[in-house]
Amino acid sequence: MASLKEMRNRIASVKATQKITKAMQMVAAAKLRRAQEAAEQARPYAQRMAAVIANLAAGVTGDAAPRLLAGTGRDHNHLVIVATADRGLAGGFNTQIVRAAREKIAALIAEGKDVRIICVGKKGRDQLKRQYGDRFVETFDLSANRVMTLGAAQPIADLVLAEYETGKVDVVTLIYSRFKSVIAQIPTAKQLIPAMVEEGAAVTDLGGANYEYEPSEEAILETLLPRNITIQILSALFENNAGFYAAQMSAMDNATRNAGEMINKYTLEYNRSRQAMITKELIEIISGAEAI
Amino acid sequence: MAKLHFSLVAPERQLFSGDVDQVDAPGAEGDFGVLAGHAPFMTTLREGIVTITDGTTRRAFSIQGGFADVTGDGLTILAEQAVEAEVSAVH
Repeated sequence: MASLKEMRNRIASVKATQKITKAMQMVAAAKLRRAQEAAEQARPYAQRMAAVIANLAAGVTGDAAPRLLAGTGRDHNHLVIVATADRGLAGGFNTQIVRAAREKIAALIAEGKDVRIICVGKKGRDQLKRQYGDRFVETFDLSANRVMTLGAAQPIADLVLAEYETGKVDVVTLIYSRFKSVIAQIPTAKQLIPAMVEEGAAVTDLGGANYEYEPSEEAILETLLPRNITIQILSALFENNAGFYAAQMSAMDNATRNAGEMINKYTLEYNRSRQAMITKELIEIISGAEAI
Repeated sequence: MAKLHFSLVAPERQLFSGDVDQVDAPGAEGDFGVLAGHAPFMTTLREGIVTITDGTTRRAFSIQGGFADVTGDGLTILAEQAVEAEVSAVH
């Protein structure tokens, strides 16, 4: 059995760990609030955008439809964007996204499609590199950004659009974690190209009046669709960010609680063996005295 | 006079939302002003100044491209980048 000193050391070390996890939990909680606010403030734009696109898409059909909306007509070359966090210590947050990505990629490969990958976030890159490293197009590291901004999403969108314009990809899917609530983040796959018109987005009722477009319906759609890609990526980054801090907060909360349990257990054990030692010494003294 | 519901949103946040008298914006094919009850209309915007007039108060936002969408419910401007500008610098 461990000596009393060893046990004291161990209790002290668990206590130190508990302090760290407790601090991390509080930092994550503060950052979560900020990330959630940022995600909420970005929502009106994304919603309006979806509504406008739904409005326009309803009017534009057939050959006139831009390629970003209609697709290339093929379904062979897939581009999968895997968005994870840059840091760990957040329970299963990154692993869940990567698992969803693996399933998607494996399914596509099994169908004989050509799959290429863009990794956003260090953790996803690290976890996918061994298996799919040769399929990487590009990896993005966002750890330098303390808050997500449009500037973080723009280069990703530019790359995606460049790949699409040159005909290297037909379908683009984004995999990220949807922030449902503080305790639930759901890994989600969202198709970016061809654009999916959100079914929830209501078509505005104009009361019989006709929309006027300047310059033209197609021209507006053509500038709007690439913009929408950026916005979709940005909002995924926002959701990821909020989800990450939520996951980290609950992971650290668990860790703090586990450390507390461990401290209780060790303290109990420590006191027991201390008492046992005292009893043993007493017995020795008493039996020694009796012998005389 | 009837009021126009106007909202100005940038990708990262909403900058303005409320009822105003008039909004002037730089359309891709020329500046335009919107009052309440404007016909449905959609246009791209170029770089410039969006001016909001409400009674005697005026606010100006400098934007860098975007879209304007006028529906029966009002005007929405989706700006790519927007910052509030000094009104005196505009007029």
